[in-house]
Amino acid sequence: MLPACSFPVASIVNDSSAVTQIARRAALSTPAQIRRGLRGLSDRAITWIFILPTIILLLAINIFPLIWTIYLSFTNFRANRTSRATEWVGLDNYRSVLTDPDIWRSMQVTANFVIWSIGIELVLGFALALLIDKRFRGHSLWTTVILLPMMLSPAVVGTFWTFLFQPQTGLFNYTVAFLSGVDPSSFQMIGDVPLAPWAIVLVDAWMWTPYVMLICLAGLRSIPDSIYEAAEVDRASSWRQFWTVTVPMVLPFLMLAVLFRAIENFKMFDMVNLLTSGGPGSTTEVVSITLKREAFEKWRTGYSSALGIILFVTVFGAANIYVKALNAMKNR
Amino acid sequence: MIKLRKWMVGAAVLGMSSAMTPAQAKDLTLCWAAWDPANALVELSKDFTTKTGIAMKFEFVPWTSFADRFMNELNSKGKLCDLLIGDSQWIGGAAENGHYVKLNDFFAKEGIKMSDFMPATVTGYSEWPKNTPNYWALPAMGDSVGWAYRKDWFSRPELRAEFKKKYGHDLVPPQTWAEFKQIAEFFQARDIDGKKVYGAYIFTERGSEGITMGVTNVLYPYGFKYEDPKQPYHMQGFVNSAGAVQGLEFYKALYKCCTAPGLTNAYMSEGLDAFKSGQVAMMMNWFAFFPGLYKDPNVGGAKIGFFVNPSEKTRGVQLGGQGISVVSYSERKDDALKYIKWFAQTDVQKKWWSLGGYSCSKAVLQDPNFPKSAPFAADFLKSMEMVQDFWAEPTYATLLLDMQKRIHDYVVADKGTAKEALDLLITDWTKVFKEEGKLK
Repeated sequence: MLPACSFPVASIVNDSSAVTQIARRAALSTPAQIRRGLRGLSDRAITWIFILPTIILLLAINIFPLIWTIYLSFTNFRANRTSRATEWVGLDNYRSVLTDPDIWRSMQVTANFVIWSIGIELVLGFALALLIDKRFRGHSLWTTVILLPMMLSPAVVGTFWTFLFQPQTGLFNYTVAFLSGVDPSSFQMIGDVPLAPWAIVLVDAWMWTPYVMLICLAGLRSIPDSIYEAAEVDRASSWRQFWTVTVPMVLPFLMLAVLFRAIENFKMFDMVNLLTSGGPGSTTEVVSITLKREAFEKWRTGYSSALGIILFVTVFGAANIYVKALNAMKNR
Repeated sequence: MIKLRKWMVGAAVLGMSSAMTPAQAKDLTLCWAAWDPANALVELSKDFTTKTGIAMKFEFVPWTSFADRFMNELNSKGKLCDLLIGDSQWIGGAAENGHYVKLNDFFAKEGIKMSDFMPATVTGYSEWPKNTPNYWALPAMGDSVGWAYRKDWFSRPELRAEFKKKYGHDLVPPQTWAEFKQIAEFFQARDIDGKKVYGAYIFTERGSEGITMGVTNVLYPYGFKYEDPKQPYHMQGFVNSAGAVQGLEFYKALYKCCTAPGLTNAYMSEGLDAFKSGQVAMMMNWFAFFPGLYKDPNVGGAKIGFFVNPSEKTRGVQLGGQGISVVSYSERKDDALKYIKWFAQTDVQKKWWSLGGYSCSKAVLQDPNFPKSAPFAADFLKSMEMVQDFWAEPTYATLLLDMQKRIHDYVVADKGTAKEALDLLITDWTKVFKEEGKLK
């Protein structure tokens, strides 16, 4: 039962639009005491009341840690040595990060991982999207099956692929051995230096190709049939239709997929950590693993803050340039 | 509005009271790693609860995340642990950063003497700075690296004959690393009872401490030293001495010739799995696991034997084990100290050993019957006479991760030479000690 109403609602009672109906119900269900309290407030004040909690949360969870990290990056602070005086070291941490060959090596490892995994995911994802878009019999079932890997947690994926890659008992090695005739224990996907980077690319592609496929599928389904019909009237071959209609129209979606996956893979940690821990040696030590080791194992908080800020600026800057390029393309 | 205010006040009072009560009602919490001896300690601690009425709670974390979890807890001044059985290398950082309660006054008051415990364990688990009478823990769990082997395979006449013919001496547990490699090569890829087996299992784990805890067992006997004994923190010619280089090359040769495929990131539990599944002839692991292995229905009993770490130019083995400390952020320090007083008693230490824990008490270890009390007891005693530990500096974590990287890069990832790896290690460690102001 609605509470007794003392609010001047007469003017809206007879309005029949849906929005007004909702506003009316909200007004009627607001307790009288609160209505009285709100009566003297301006629209601007009410707006602030609504957005203030979100702003406070944002400041507490995102903005403050960011500012604090920027501050720490200029100090020699160590989170495990809080009793020691913190000294301002200026740009020393940034200089150390940028001149550290190990950091550049892990950036290189990360770049290789990002480029190869996204390249493979794009090609396979687009191909799968073209296939699923044909709406063959049972395509809904296959769509669900294809989407399954991306629904799993990266930690679960990392763990079970570790078992699959075991040279002595792993299914992957046995499958390769069955198909190629080589001894299954003669190669180690996550233990051999040349193979380990490919192992993490393979697992990432297995998990995230369906995601790229979904984005491509959305792009394919957004192309009006009339364009293909017009192309057919002009007697364009299927190949020509693909290159002059499908690819240009899906390209913005593909670029969006590249953006999402690049940001995700640049900060990839869990899956790689579970699969190889950055090894063998430092062969698959992506920059997020280096950052974690510096911050939470070596406890070089100032240094790792500088590294974190450099990574943030890199991703943020690259993403902005990319988004501008994407917008320019859409406007053409 | 008044109603709302009443609710808020009520909630605040409820919150405060619930935050205050656990200090009174909370059990005494002991934190350690999740492994066989921890189960023995749970059993042992029942006596403490019976005697004092203080209920115990245990927080055990797997070894791979043990350091991360509890170092985070200490650094954030967490109140989760009242008692912590922390790794020997933590002692410097925990002492200097005020994480542990200093126990000297307590020991003096309660008549607990450090001379009642084995000297290596006192230095390794309790003292900071090392070799000074400043105690931050009571030696709780003695441990070092040791070896388990398949005694049943070693005693097969046809294998013994074949081995003797090939190498000119008997197939017995090795005394030196050279003999060890011969045996490992002999068993590598051999067919035993229709199954392909491998020579040796060694530590290669990259993420935490594995490969360092493995390689040092070869480095120490080959002459590796952490620093110049006359000039602390000077490492040139000690960390990268000719012997150390030779030792590192040997570890890599052992990894290449005589281990099972896929052994690129393996530590204690993978070793136990490999041994229990009958895959390896000789397994490197901590003595702490040997009571459980001996009881294993498939590979234990008469099938298993144990030996101490082989020597080469000298003797040496990696120290493991931990001391028990009172966490300075605990709200129940008095009860925690009661536990330590109880644990230090000789009869409790005897029971601790009988349940599967490794006592550090002289009363237990110097008992004439001790060497015969378990098949691995005599070897444990020998090992404890030749243990060496990793740096226990406050920056040990950085030093450890540097070593993990350089050794794994060389041994598993085939990067550079042994000399280059050790030279790079000196560069890394020098940088750390310079930052700390311990080197100019």
